[in-house]
Amino acid sequence: MSEEADLFTQQQRNRVRSRLLIAGFIAFFAWLGFGGDWLLWQFTMDAAPGGYHHVVPWLGMALTTAAGIATIVAWRKGPERVLWSTNAFEVIDPANEDERRLVNVVEEMAIAGGVPRPRIWIVPDEDPNAFATGRDPAAAHVAVTAGLLTQLDRDELQAVIAHELGHVKNLDVRLMTLLAALVGAVALVGDFMGRFMRGGGRLHFSSSRGGGRRGGGGKKGGNPLLIVVLVLWILSWLLAPLVTRLLALGVSRKREYLADAMSAQFTRNPGALASALHKIEHSAAATTSIKRGSAHLCIADPLGRRLTNREGYFAELFGTHPPMAIRVAKLKAMAYQREVRGEMGDGR
Amino acid sequence: MFIVLLILTALIVVWGVGAYNTLISLKNQVANAWKQIDVQLKRRHDLVPNLIAAVKGAMNFERGTLEAVVAARNQAIQVSSGGDVSRIAAVEGQLTGALHRLLAVVESYPDLKATGNIGQLQEELTSTENKIAFSRQLYNDVVTQYNTKQRQVPTVFVAGMAGAVPAPLWELTEDAERAVPKVEL
Repeated sequence: MSEEADLFTQQQRNRVRSRLLIAGFIAFFAWLGFGGDWLLWQFTMDAAPGGYHHVVPWLGMALTTAAGIATIVAWRKGPERVLWSTNAFEVIDPANEDERRLVNVVEEMAIAGGVPRPRIWIVPDEDPNAFATGRDPAAAHVAVTAGLLTQLDRDELQAVIAHELGHVKNLDVRLMTLLAALVGAVALVGDFMGRFMRGGGRLHFSSSRGGGRRGGGGKKGGNPLLIVVLVLWILSWLLAPLVTRLLALGVSRKREYLADAMSAQFTRNPGALASALHKIEHSAAATTSIKRGSAHLCIADPLGRRLTNREGYFAELFGTHPPMAIRVAKLKAMAYQREVRGEMGDGR
Repeated sequence: MFIVLLILTALIVVWGVGAYNTLISLKNQVANAWKQIDVQLKRRHDLVPNLIAAVKGAMNFERGTLEAVVAARNQAIQVSSGGDVSRIAAVEGQLTGALHRLLAVVESYPDLKATGNIGQLQEELTSTENKIAFSRQLYNDVVTQYNTKQRQVPTVFVAGMAGAVPAPLWELTEDAERAVPKVEL
């Protein structure tokens, strides 16, 4: 069955990409650290015998260790961090009718998808939205906003939950949660760099580059390798946050279509997801509880960027989510095909 | 020549092991999906007495509907231990039909609906019905996949070794269940 093959390929792809992401993340910080060490070593090589010689690569060791620790934390605590950042609370004992309905719907969809029942969270926000997080189906979380519960009917809620469980089942959640956690870490680098450039850092830079040593480099005829490395190194620091943002964009768009299709497969009711997406898209405000770093986890762009309304190359390139019109059109086509074919031959 | 034969044999063995494992894994999925249906059916059996207790007082003159539900439930419990798939599907189909008729009747009693208890029970019942439907959907999907795989050309050669026999689909036998009244909640 091709659906099954798709699922398997997607799971495999997500496993590989998660590993690549971790490796790339650590390698990047190792480059920032050891690259800096190498530069310092070059600069301090012909200092006076009494002066400072950078021999021990402490910068590289420190940054690599920090990146390693950040990865472990992201792996272990990523889902909790994401949920914590949205102020979500867990539904353990459903307190009212809406919550009971939510718990029932999640249980139904877990059965339909053949995954364990995830833990259920509610984000206290009036804008309808939903996301899933977790490492694997056995330890997954599904969160919906309070607005989603009040504005969607049962069928639509079911379709949205099915979409989220689609992400859980094909392991999108692993890659996307890791990315959310690591993007946070790199954002810290960006902040640090900004302060470094404005504040005391300039002093450090001018003292290490300026004066006799810089002149010395010039006298050697300008070691080209040194200059290339220096430029690359500074660029890496400056561009790191931008690159991780682009990475977050790249991973999230195609899988929205796939999760939409899985939702249709679980509920056998693609029309319900189409109308749910329509309601989510046309609600007025942005989901303020959901921060920038976890935007790519959500079913619809929480930042309310109207970019997702438009079609075309620009929207495809820069939105975290595919244009809503295309998603709805695809779902409506599925619903139409179902009508033409009649039942799906499973007795439902 | 000998080496070529050796490599060929090795390839066939590796492929055979893969195909065998695929079939075994599907077989386990089928068993698992069936267990899931079983859990949901038991849940429904346990839910029926609560439902009856909640509506009994207000619906004295609808005895027939209530009795049909109770009878269908008792029959379903009896069959559930040791019945085969088609038999269980048939009696559970009757219970589904009886419950849907009861829910339709409850709809026509506004006083009854107004008490909070019924609203909650209705949600529970809707959810249970959905869970049964979805576990049946999953079961049928997995069974279809299993049955197709064991008859397709490369895998069919190891099907005997894996002890793979076609599993029965959960089919709707009851005409009444097909034509369920739409319950608006």
